[in-house]
Amino acid sequence: MKNPQLNKHGELQHLLTTEGLPVRIMRDILDRAAGFLDLDEGREIKKVPLLHGKSVFNVFFENSTRTRTTFEIAAKRLSADVVNLNIGSSSTSKGETLLDTVDNLCAMHADMFVVRHSQSGAAHLIARHVAPEIHVINAGDGRHAHPTQALLDMFTIRHYKKEFHNLRVAIVGDVLHSRVARSQIHALTTLGVPEVRVIAPKTLLPTMVENLGVQVYHDMAKGLKDVDVVLMLRLQNERMQGAALPSGQEYFKNYGLTEEKLAYARPDAIVMHPGPMNRGIEIDSRVADGLQSVILSQVTFGIAVRMAVMSTLAGSNK
Amino acid sequence: MNIHIKNGRLIDPRNNLDAQLDVFIIDQYIAAIGNAPAGFKAAEVIDATGLIVCPGLIDLAARLREPGFEYMATLESEMDAAVAGGITSLACPPDTDPPLDEPGLVEMLKHRAKNLHQARLYPVAALTTGLMGKELTEMAELVDAGCVAFSQADAPLTDTRVLYRAMQYAATFGYSVWLRPQDSYLSKDGVAHDGEVATRCGLPAIPVCAETIALSTMLMLAKETGVKLHICRVSSAAGVEMIRTARQQGLAVSCDVSMNHVHLSEMDIGFFDPNCRLTPPLRSLRDKAALRAGLLDGTIDAICSNHAPVDEDAKQLPFAEAESGATGLELLLPLLLKWAEQDKVSLAGALSRVTAQPAQILGLDAGHLSVGALADVCVFDPEKYWKVEASALKSQGKNTPFTGHEVQGRVRYTLVDGKIVYAN
Repeated sequence: MKNPQLNKHGELQHLLTTEGLPVRIMRDILDRAAGFLDLDEGREIKKVPLLHGKSVFNVFFENSTRTRTTFEIAAKRLSADVVNLNIGSSSTSKGETLLDTVDNLCAMHADMFVVRHSQSGAAHLIARHVAPEIHVINAGDGRHAHPTQALLDMFTIRHYKKEFHNLRVAIVGDVLHSRVARSQIHALTTLGVPEVRVIAPKTLLPTMVENLGVQVYHDMAKGLKDVDVVLMLRLQNERMQGAALPSGQEYFKNYGLTEEKLAYARPDAIVMHPGPMNRGIEIDSRVADGLQSVILSQVTFGIAVRMAVMSTLAGSNK
Repeated sequence: MNIHIKNGRLIDPRNNLDAQLDVFIIDQYIAAIGNAPAGFKAAEVIDATGLIVCPGLIDLAARLREPGFEYMATLESEMDAAVAGGITSLACPPDTDPPLDEPGLVEMLKHRAKNLHQARLYPVAALTTGLMGKELTEMAELVDAGCVAFSQADAPLTDTRVLYRAMQYAATFGYSVWLRPQDSYLSKDGVAHDGEVATRCGLPAIPVCAETIALSTMLMLAKETGVKLHICRVSSAAGVEMIRTARQQGLAVSCDVSMNHVHLSEMDIGFFDPNCRLTPPLRSLRDKAALRAGLLDGTIDAICSNHAPVDEDAKQLPFAEAESGATGLELLLPLLLKWAEQDKVSLAGALSRVTAQPAQILGLDAGHLSVGALADVCVFDPEKYWKVEASALKSQGKNTPFTGHEVQGRVRYTLVDGKIVYAN
C-alpha cells in the first residue's frame, strides 16, 4: 500500500500521522524547528519568508483555540497569508459535505490546508481528494492522529533529555479516545525510545494496544517507576456518561498526577500535557505548575515545530 | 421456446453431476440432460464449449433499495445486475423505507419484479412492525403475499420477550426467522471490528461479544421455541464455533456468510477505505480463517453477496460517516470461484453454496437442474478475467472493496424460466 504522506520522491507531501513517517523526515523536522528557535537569546522566533505568497487555510471543523492559534502564528512567521475558518459542526447541518467545503477553498487558491475534524480519517480523505500541489496538515482527526502535537512533544523531550534511545516514557490517561496518544506512541517508537508505557484503567485503553509497541499498566506506582518522561492526557468530561469511569474524583485518586505519584518517576523526570488541562482531574496544580512541568515550553516549541512542518511541506517537489 | 445448451461442462451439485452433458429445455422446464428428447428441435442453440453450465445462482441477501432508497438503486438496475451475475433467485431483506411489514408492499414489489422478467424475487418480511422490535407483523398475511421468511435485517430487537414471542408465533406456522446477531448496546456507534486496526485508526469499535451475546440469545430461544432459525452474516470465529456446537447438539439452525467476509479482513481498511465500511464489520484474519473453516466443515451453509448498493456521495465521507455497504451481485460468482481455488474446494462443492444450499434455506424447489425442474440456468466462462470497475458493473452501486481487482469468471448466459434473460 502506498504511503499516503509521501510523494514519489519520498518527500513529505502531507502530514497526516506519525505512523509510517520515516525517521529521517521526523528528525529533519525536529532539526529544522531547532533552527527556528533562537533559544540562546530567548528572543522571539524570527520572521522568515519561506512561505511568502502562499495561502494557508486553517480549516477547523472542531473547535480549538490553542492549536489553531499556534498554526496561525507559525504560518505568519513564515510570511504566509493565513485564512482561518471555524466551520464547527454547523457546516454539515447546512448540507455541505466536507469535500464540497474543501473544493470551495481550493477554488480560492489554497496552497496548504491545516485541518481539524471530529472524525478519524478526515485528513486522509481530504489528502486523497485535493490536487497534487496542495498540502494537507492534520491538526487532529477524531481519535486517530494529531501528528504536530506529537512532534512538538518529541521536540520537547529531545530539548530536555537530548536523546531518545535511553528513555522510559509513560503515557497516562484516556488512550482509547486520544489522537494525541496514538501519535505519540508512533513517534516515540519511530525515534527509538526503548520503553513506552501506557497507564490507564481498562475502560480507557483500546483493544490490543500492546500491538502498538507499548507496555500496559493499570497502576500509577508501577507504571511511573523510574520513568524519564510523563505524558499526561486530557480526560474528556463526557467519559463519565459512557460508564467508562465512576467519577472525576475517583479518577484523580487513582490516576491523577500528584507530587506523591510523580515521586515514583526519576527525580529528573519531566511532565508534559497537550492541554487544555483539567486541574484536579488528571493533574494536580502543584505538579502542573511545579519544577518538573514543561507544559508551557511545549506551547512555545509548538510554534517552531509547526513552522518546520509547513516549510518542509512547501519545500517538497511536486 | 426450445433451447439446446451443448458441449458445456454441466455442474449440478444437488444431483452430484459434473460432466460434459447437454441440456435441453422445452418451454420453461428442463426437458432432458445428456440426450435430446425424442423429436426435440432447438429454436436456439447455446454453444457452451469451454463453459460451465450450472443452476442459476440463489442469493440470500440482496438489497434492491426499493421502496424508499431509489437514489441508491432501483429494482430495474439491480435486477439487471443480478442476471448479469448469473443470479436467478434472490431474497431481499425488509429494511426498505417503509420496511416490508405489510402485504401490500410485498405484493407490489413482487409484481414489479415479475414484470421485469428477470430474476425471481423472494422478499423477506419484517419480523416486527416497522422493524421497531415491538409488535409482530401479520405473518400469515405476509406469507400469502409471497414472503419466504421473517427478519429484522440490521435493525435491533432488544426486547427479548418480543423476540421470544416472535419465534413462538413463527414456529406455530413453520415460518423461518432470519436474524443477524448483533447486540445493539455493545455495537452502539461502532464502525469497525474491535481489534488492531480500529485501535490504530482510532475508529469506534464493535467487539466480537456483540455478535456472540446476541447469537447466544437467539440460539437459546430457538431451542426453546423450536423455530426454524437462520443466522445471517456470521462474522467471527467465536460465532462460527457457537453455531457448530449448537448443530452438534441437534439444533436445526442454518447460517450464511457474506462473500466480503470470506475474502477480506479489518486489514483491508488500510488508510480508512470507505469501501470497507461494511455491516457486519470486517473482522480479524483469525476470524476470516474461521469463517472459511466453517464453510469447509459445513457449519456455514451458504455464501451470499450481501449486496447493498449505496450512492457515490455517501462513500465520500470520513470512514465512520460513510454509508455502510457494497455492491455485490456481479461479484458473487467470481469471488466464489476465487474462494474455491484458494481453499481447494471442488467447483460442485463451491457452487452448492450459492445454489442447492440457499434453495434449501429458502425452502424452494430450485437450485438444481433435474429433469422437470424450472429452467433457471447460469452459463459462465470460468477462465475469463475481468477488472472490477464502475463501467463493468450494471448495478447502480459502484462501490466495492474489490474495485480495481482482476477477478476470474464471467457469466455468458443467464436463463430464467427457460428464457435467456442475459447474454454476453
